[in-house]
This record gives sequence, C-alpha cells and structure tokens, in this order.
Amino acid sequence: MTPAEAAGQMPDQSPDTILYLDGVTVSFDGFMALNNLSLYVLAGELRAIIGPNGAGKTTMMDVVTGKTRPDRGKVLFNGITDLTRMDEARIANLGIGRKFQKPTVFEHHTVFDNLELALAGGRDVFQSLLFKLSGAQSDRIDEVMEIIALEEARFAEAGSLSHGQKQWLEIGMLLMQEPDLLLVDEPAAGMTDAETEQTAILLKRIAGDHSVVVVEHDMEFVRALDCRVTVLHEGRVLAEGSLEKVQNDETVIEVYLGR
Amino acid sequence: MASNMLAPENRSGFAFLLTDTGGKVMLAILLFAVIIVPVFNLWVPETSPFHLSTFFVGLFGKYLTFALLALSVDLIWGYCGILSLGHGAFFALGGYAMGMHMMREIGTRGVYGNALLPDFMVFLNWKELPWYWLGFDHFWFAAIMVFLVPGALAFLFGWLAFRSRVTGVYLSIITQAMTFALMLAFFRNDMGFGGNNGLTDFKDLLGFNLQTDGTRVGLFIASAVALGLAYVLCRYIISSRLGRVLVAVRDAESRTRFLGYRVEYYQLFVFTISAMLAGIAGALYVPQVGIINPSEFTPANSIEIVIWVAIGGRGSLYGAALGAVLVNYAKSYFTGALPELWLFALGALFILSTIFLPKGIVGTLPAFNAGAGARAFAARIIGRVRQNLGGAP
Repeated sequence: MTPAEAAGQMPDQSPDTILYLDGVTVSFDGFMALNNLSLYVLAGELRAIIGPNGAGKTTMMDVVTGKTRPDRGKVLFNGITDLTRMDEARIANLGIGRKFQKPTVFEHHTVFDNLELALAGGRDVFQSLLFKLSGAQSDRIDEVMEIIALEEARFAEAGSLSHGQKQWLEIGMLLMQEPDLLLVDEPAAGMTDAETEQTAILLKRIAGDHSVVVVEHDMEFVRALDCRVTVLHEGRVLAEGSLEKVQNDETVIEVYLGR
Repeated sequence: MASNMLAPENRSGFAFLLTDTGGKVMLAILLFAVIIVPVFNLWVPETSPFHLSTFFVGLFGKYLTFALLALSVDLIWGYCGILSLGHGAFFALGGYAMGMHMMREIGTRGVYGNALLPDFMVFLNWKELPWYWLGFDHFWFAAIMVFLVPGALAFLFGWLAFRSRVTGVYLSIITQAMTFALMLAFFRNDMGFGGNNGLTDFKDLLGFNLQTDGTRVGLFIASAVALGLAYVLCRYIISSRLGRVLVAVRDAESRTRFLGYRVEYYQLFVFTISAMLAGIAGALYVPQVGIINPSEFTPANSIEIVIWVAIGGRGSLYGAALGAVLVNYAKSYFTGALPELWLFALGALFILSTIFLPKGIVGTLPAFNAGAGARAFAARIIGRVRQNLGGAP
C-alpha cells in the first residue's frame, strides 16, 4: 500500500487524476527538501499549494518538470507516464507548462514573438528553420493576447513590460503551449492589489480547460482563488482541504505561528 | 544587441534581407568592391594614380576572410550566447584542407621533384602518402573537406559539451583547450602536416598561378562573394523561428527548455554551421597569404577574433564584419609603424570599447543607430564625466 492510499487518498489508477506524486523524496546534501511526499491533482482542478519557506514547494515543481531527479518515489502524469526519467523538454511536450517564481520571459523578443515561441508543436531544429505562421496560429496568438490583456503591447519588447505584465505574458506563454497541466509559482508576487485580483480571475478562467497548480504565499490571493488547498511542511503534506478548514487546523496554526 | 527580429508581416520571401539596413550597406559595399577592384587593379595602368596595388588587393582580400570568420563567431556568440575562444581552430582546419590540396598541386615542381609526396614528407624520409592525404589532389574533395572537417569536429565537440549542458565560461575554457591541443598536435612532424613549418610554397590553385595579379583579384572576389553569401545564410537563420529560439536560449535558457525546446540541438546546429563558415574563411585565407602553420591554432588568435566582434558590435552580423576589417586595418598600420606597440594598442582598444562601447561600434555610434543610440551614448558620456568630477550634481 502506498502512503497516499494509506492516507485514504485516491489511487493512481483513477482516470481523472492528472498528476500523482507517490512517496517522492529529494535530499540535497542530507537536507530533505521533499520527504516521502505524496499528493494528487485531478483533471481540470485548480489547486493551491502553500507552506512556509523551505517547505519544498519549488522543489516539488522542479521534480514534476524534470529539473530535479528524485532520490525515491514516482511521479505519474495522466496515471501512466512516469516523469522521473524524462528531461525538461520531453515533459514540456507531454503537456506540462511551468511558470517561474521570478517572471521569466524573453526580454529581447516582442510580446508577439514570446507567444509565438511558446506556440504548441514544431520543436525540432529544422521545423523551426522552415517555420511559417499559419492564419489559425496567428488567431490563437491574438486570442491569448486578449486573455492576458496585452493587445496594446503587441510589438513591445518584453523587457519593457511592467512586472505584472511580464507575469501575465508568462502565463500567456503557458497557454500557447496548450498544456494539460500548468504549474504556477507565486504568480502574485510583487503585484499591485488590482493586478493580483486580475491574476486570480485569469487563473480561475484557465482552470477547467486545464489543471492548474498554484504555489503561493499570499493568503488573500489564495482566498480569491477559492479552491482546494494543500499545506506543505518540511517536504510533506501537512494538511489538505478548503482554505477555511486548513486555516483552522491545529498543526497548520502551529507551523505558521508557533515559531 | 537590441531586438533586430522582424515583425511578423515581414517574414516572407526576401524580407529577411531587405529589412536590415546595415546588412544592405555591407552587401552594397561588397558588390561595389567586386566590380571596382578588378577594374582599378587589372585595367588601370600602374602609372596611373588610380591604380590599385596588388598588395592592397591581397590585404583587403585577407581582411574579408577575417570578416567571414568574425561573422561565424557573431552567429553563435551574438545570437546564441556561445562564447567560443577556439574558433581559430576551425579556421585553421579549413586552411589546412585547402593547403593540402595546394601541396598536391605542386607535383614535381617541388624541391625534391617528387610527384606524389610533398617536400616535407620526402625530407622526413616517408615512402608513401598517409591515408588522410588521399583525395586531396582533387579540388572538389578538398573543397568539401574545407567545411566537412571543421563541421565534424564542431559537431562532435558540441555534442559532448551541449549534451552535458556545459555552457558559459566553462565552454569558453574548453574551446580554448581544444585549439591549444590541436596546436600541439599540428606542431608534431609525425602528424604529417608539415610540423612547425606547416604547408607553404604553393604554386597554383585550379591551374591559376597564385603570384599573378589576376589570381589575387580572383581570390579577393571569391572572399567577397563568400562573405556576402555567408551573411545571407546567417541572416536567413536568425530571421527564422530557429533564430528566435537561439536568442531565447541566449536570454533565458531554462525557460526555453520548459517550453519544450531541446536547447542542446539548437546550440549544436548553430555551432556546427558556424564552424563550417570559419573553415571556409580559412580556406580562402591560406592561398592569399601563401602559408598555413600551427601558429594559426594559438589561443591568442581565437581571442583576437572575439575582440573584433566585440569592437564591431555583436548581434548584428555586419558589425562583426566591420570590426574585423577595422581592427585588422589598425593592426596592419601599427605593426608597420610601431610594431612593439600593437599588443598594447589591441588591449587598450578592447578595454576602451568595453567601457565606452559595450554594444560595439554599430550598437553605440550615432551613425549606425540614429536617435536612440546617440542619446544613450551622450547620456553615458555625460554621466561618466559627472562621476569623475566627484559626484557633483
């Protein structure tokens, strides 16, 4: 019996489980960044992951996207594909998109080119050399540009955008990839209140068609997302449920306020 | 290094060429030179003040091969962030391939009159031609080896390096080690490439005597055409989506990986193309200077190429070519007038250009970058002056 099953959670065979981490352990020179972590995310779900610094939130994303190989455990995508043996590019092409904590866009490219580069398909060197943008693809770029509210900045260099706009552009790039699962690391960090609010609306709009996992510190933002919350602590799941339930959990209160 | 990428509506047909003003100027100058040089060298009599000396033709022909070499370095450094400090090796390998063909062309006209073996092999008492010299009696074979050998080495080297994600300064150091290792190898007599002396005493190429003015002009034209075509190729590459991926790798490598691009394949592709262009440059250089020896592999040579590109301005292609010609013209002047000062001048040039022209000549000087560039340049100068005046507001 896996730890997840022991905890009464859903087994990996379920057809609507998009991401399933089973007993994942990562240690850096003896420091357990992830300690037998097990959790699952359903297809179409919006999930927030919170936790104090060093809880393993970013490491978890690194493991799922192939940046870090776990010492133990497996990571199943769509219930069958084990991601722990694949590299970043392969995982990205399977349909997992990632947004970094610090907005990472191509500063010397225009907004349009950033989105075009993220366009699904044609990742091969020679396909890229001979690539021609089709009408449908161009329409798709326009569509995403509207979702992230950057139509005005269409041909502006991404480096000239505001911090919040860069965050949205990066989310837009994820949408262009047409992923099944989006991992979003602290999207509201450094945003104004108005931007934060709009970002929550944006993410809720995206969820449903896609599964979205959001790592976040900002409690107001998590409240605005209005979704299931997982609390990580010292590399494992401490509590899970609605934000209400989690905030009233004794152990969570102790971890957040006890020191 | 501003984005000189094309707007999407300009991505068809020949727009990739027509939208680059600096590049168009360069192609126009090359075309002009190709027409004017033969006229003023071959048909204007030597007594006329308008006569262009063969020395001058040879000198600028050599500069054009350096410009091609600089272009190849700019393609990887300016657009993909790969700083190769060993590109001189690919240049030298292309040069050796052409040199080997010209050695075979000498035939019985060598000192020892041996139809099969070049002089240095007879001197070393070798009885037969080493297997790797076979085929070089054909020009077409040598012409293929000129880019195939540097390309194959770059592919192998790049495959090992990029797959292991060796980038940045570590890659620069191992490219430097590569050219140093090749230099040591080529110095050895038993390598069969003429050792210390290299390959020289060439007589002719494709039946044309290398000493005649006509051949000199022909090599000049070939160098100009090669530079023009290489520019078109590079411009085509960087204007494609592949080019945009290269810039993406340069600016945010891991972001590019998480978008699903296999960064190592892109680096490998452009590194190999670049090495091939460097090889072609070397092959055009050797018949114009009449010698190729292991000193072409010295690490300092490769570093000098990077300086040309830095001074000209990386990430614009034509800037690299301009930098190569200007620095080498200065070098010719200095080594004539004040030979012992050249290395100091080169060092000073590099330091000054890094401080005052961080984007190189074409990225900073007003003439190349009207408006914005001029203002930025003026602001920087004023800021620096203020700073030096002790922080007065």
